[in-house]
Amino acid sequence: MRRWVPFLSGLLFAIGLGLSGMTDARKVIGFLDFTRQWDASLAFVMAGAIAVHLPLLRRFSVPITDDDGCAVPTPHWFDRRTVIGSAIFGVGWGLAGYCPGPALVSVVSLELPVLVFTVGMLAGAGLFAAWDSRLRSGP
Amino acid sequence: MHNFTPLRSLSGGVLIGLAASLLALGAGRVAGISGIVGGLYTPGHEGRGWRLQFLAGLLVGALVWLALQPAVFASAGRALPVLAVAGLLVGFGARLGGGCTSGHGVCGLSRLTGRSLVATLVFMGTAAIVVLVTGS
Repeated sequence: MRRWVPFLSGLLFAIGLGLSGMTDARKVIGFLDFTRQWDASLAFVMAGAIAVHLPLLRRFSVPITDDDGCAVPTPHWFDRRTVIGSAIFGVGWGLAGYCPGPALVSVVSLELPVLVFTVGMLAGAGLFAAWDSRLRSGP
Repeated sequence: MHNFTPLRSLSGGVLIGLAASLLALGAGRVAGISGIVGGLYTPGHEGRGWRLQFLAGLLVGALVWLALQPAVFASAGRALPVLAVAGLLVGFGARLGGGCTSGHGVCGLSRLTGRSLVATLVFMGTAAIVVLVTGS
């Protein structure tokens, strides 16, 4: 049963994304458009997710590792990478209305816009991986 | 308020929270999509299997929507070159920043980490500025 955990989590995640409205890039842009016709719906996605995830994490305390094998959360508040990376991510999100999860899920529609975005996104992540490993190996 | 769907969005959020909880409590992993995908780029990286399993689940869930209600998928009518650049920025930026809307916005905020709060405020901020400038 335990070996199905990642699969089931991914399945539930995609069902949730489709239901939430996050796979509709127009709705995402409507949510980010605070000053005109603001559609606040997507605030409820984050609220609903945290309302479930936060108490469950507190109730069952388990050690969690991030993708570099480090324990999370990291102890510091912020660093340059977090701020600059998040700023760059936000610009792309605002331009397209897609963030990584909804983009990957929407690929099944085989619509050209999301395919182009996702290829760019995977290339961007690849660029980061190449750049980061060069930094880590050092001159 | 335009196209307001609070209940549907809240329900979707609850499912996302359950998915993140299942992965955290059942496998000790963070359900951050950019991190899950990004971890596949490093050769010999530990834990390839669970990432591919998660992505397979994501794909099956997507196919369920495609079969039942394909209208949930919609793009915003942006030009293709804009989308390509936006994709590059999202892929690179989310990895540099250590997470995206799921990793920082849901998982990080749920464990009340300052770093995720900063990240979420920054990417919401720059995204809102871009929408303000480019228009909807």
